[in-house]
Amino acid sequence: MRVYLGIDVGSVSTNLVVMDERREILHSLYLRTQGQPIRTVKQGLVKLQALLDDRYEISGVGTTGSARNLTAVIVGADTVKNEITAHAVAAAHLVPDVQTVLEIGGQDSKIIILRNGVISDFAMNTVCAAGTGSFLDQQAARLGIPVEEFGKLALQAENPVRIAGRCSVFAESDMIHKQQMGHSLPDIIAGLCEALVRNYLNNVGKGKEILSPIVFQGGVAANAGMRQAFSRALGTEVIVPEHFGVMGALGAAILAQETVRQKGNTNFRGMSLVDQEFTTRSFECSGCANACEVIEISMDGQPLARWGDRCGKWENSLSASLKIS
Amino acid sequence: MPVTMPHMGHLYIPLKTMLEYVGLEVIVPPLCSKRTLSLGTQNSPEFACLPLKINLGNFLEARELGADTIVMAGGLGPCRFGYYAQIQREILRDLGVDMKMVILEPPDTSMRHLFEDIRLLANGHSWFTILQAIRVAWYKARAIDLVEMKLQEIRPREQQPGGADKIFERFLRDVEKVNQKSHIYQMAEDVIAEMEGLPQIECYEPVRIAIVGEIYTVLEPFVNLNMEKHLGRMGVAVRRSIYLSEWINDHIFKGILPLKSNKVVRKLARPYLNHFVGGHGWETVGSTVEHAQLGFDGVIQVAPLTCMPEIVAQTILPRVSNDKDIPVMTIYVDEQTGEAGLITRLEAFVDLIKRKKQLKKEVMNT
Repeated sequence: MRVYLGIDVGSVSTNLVVMDERREILHSLYLRTQGQPIRTVKQGLVKLQALLDDRYEISGVGTTGSARNLTAVIVGADTVKNEITAHAVAAAHLVPDVQTVLEIGGQDSKIIILRNGVISDFAMNTVCAAGTGSFLDQQAARLGIPVEEFGKLALQAENPVRIAGRCSVFAESDMIHKQQMGHSLPDIIAGLCEALVRNYLNNVGKGKEILSPIVFQGGVAANAGMRQAFSRALGTEVIVPEHFGVMGALGAAILAQETVRQKGNTNFRGMSLVDQEFTTRSFECSGCANACEVIEISMDGQPLARWGDRCGKWENSLSASLKIS
Repeated sequence: MPVTMPHMGHLYIPLKTMLEYVGLEVIVPPLCSKRTLSLGTQNSPEFACLPLKINLGNFLEARELGADTIVMAGGLGPCRFGYYAQIQREILRDLGVDMKMVILEPPDTSMRHLFEDIRLLANGHSWFTILQAIRVAWYKARAIDLVEMKLQEIRPREQQPGGADKIFERFLRDVEKVNQKSHIYQMAEDVIAEMEGLPQIECYEPVRIAIVGEIYTVLEPFVNLNMEKHLGRMGVAVRRSIYLSEWINDHIFKGILPLKSNKVVRKLARPYLNHFVGGHGWETVGSTVEHAQLGFDGVIQVAPLTCMPEIVAQTILPRVSNDKDIPVMTIYVDEQTGEAGLITRLEAFVDLIKRKKQLKKEVMNT
């Protein structure tokens, strides 16, 4: 049976999805990247190896996320796509008439506007991390609540308090203050969710025409409090797809399937790659005053790819098989 | 008194030429680097926008090379830039850095004032020499722009990325050294021919994107994280809303030369924005309309974070984008030097445009 692999290597998590020819998800994995993308991807592949027997044949691989180029070189990807396109492709597959995608991940948040199944506009948070998964994680830890429970507590709120949402530093001090005043925990958490949604809509969603159907995805979509706050603020229902946490990987798998259909074969190195040694090194080029930091990726000591130089001296020195898509 | 100046793209070449022509010793600060940024941010108010910090870094680095006088521009209207020279002077004094600052107020306020300032700098040179200096500087600015426009066209078509950039960098070094009109233009012509001779991808129609926005972030590649180069490598032909020579023509020659003028662009901003909002906010709106009319596929607005005039323009752009059916994306730049986030956004934007073009083609074929 032909299956397709999508890998999304983000700053916080690494997700892998295996889907069949009909784009049904067979397996999905969620791992913590912990700053070591190569090791994490290998770990994921080892886990998948145990789940997939000989009947399955990986016929295409797509990568996305901030480490998409690195991962593509390691696994031999058929397509390398930015996470905005990947997320939109996955959402449009599951909800064909989707017009708005709200995506909140570990370190970034984005809004994607689609019309007739094609992206017409998008925005990502620029310099502010307020409202992303990392901040919610941090607040849950501070309150001593597992992050999974965090959202459910918000649903018990009777009277959400007002929390400043513009900056996570303001939000935190506001929360502490309200706690000391004696407000109940559910009211504070619900207030925080409302503040984060307000910040998202005014910052990332500024000037965008948000029409339903609206899909809410990314790790933060697990949070029931955030789901409720979004549907309240937008005055309409928000759809959270079943595989909300691995939508980027699903999108990458779909794109890989499309690419392989066109070109007929896959570049996938095969599962044996987990036994190979991949190393990266970086050096400062002394060719000119720019002093670019060049990254080199090698497999068993053989250089596979180089990048990071502005002039192309190192990048072009190896056969240019993988270019930024 | 060795004179120095702030960096803004290739401004240093014509400016150095002009100052040297009137007999001044000129020290060009090292090109903007992470060190410039660190020096600037360490010593600036945190909430100031990026140009102030980078320029302060330029001054401190030029001081290390022996400069003791700064030629800085002033400004007008509701953009903080007008006050930057004063703030920088205060900061330098607090740091105990003894540098004299000559502030050239923009010619829009008073042309006479500007010429008097230049006269002062030109320590006793005749008006004839001063005008001559301005002319040579102008030729260089124009030649650089013409070559760069060719570069922006060639980049997406190159078979070996980086070749045209190397030629351009060599041209920048060479053009500094000549001072005759005919030499300058001959050099530009030769370089353009050389670029055209590079092996190119045949029959390739690149996506066309216009970069609009605040002048400093549009012109300074260190600050916009080499946006033009990245787009070029993704197969995009780029045009900017601002070229230095057009700016000089508009503001110093008062639009005498038949170049693209900001008056036309401002008119195009109607009915979306009908008055000056400081900085280049008005032109940003007008340029977006202009490039939509010229058949460009998309527009990218660039500005330093917290830039008021550009925030005004940004809130207007969704309407322009909708009416003119042209995708627009806004990028704010600040201290970040990591390029990955920018590349993701650029890639997604180019993707969006390509899919949109594809769809249009399909509709037209059915």
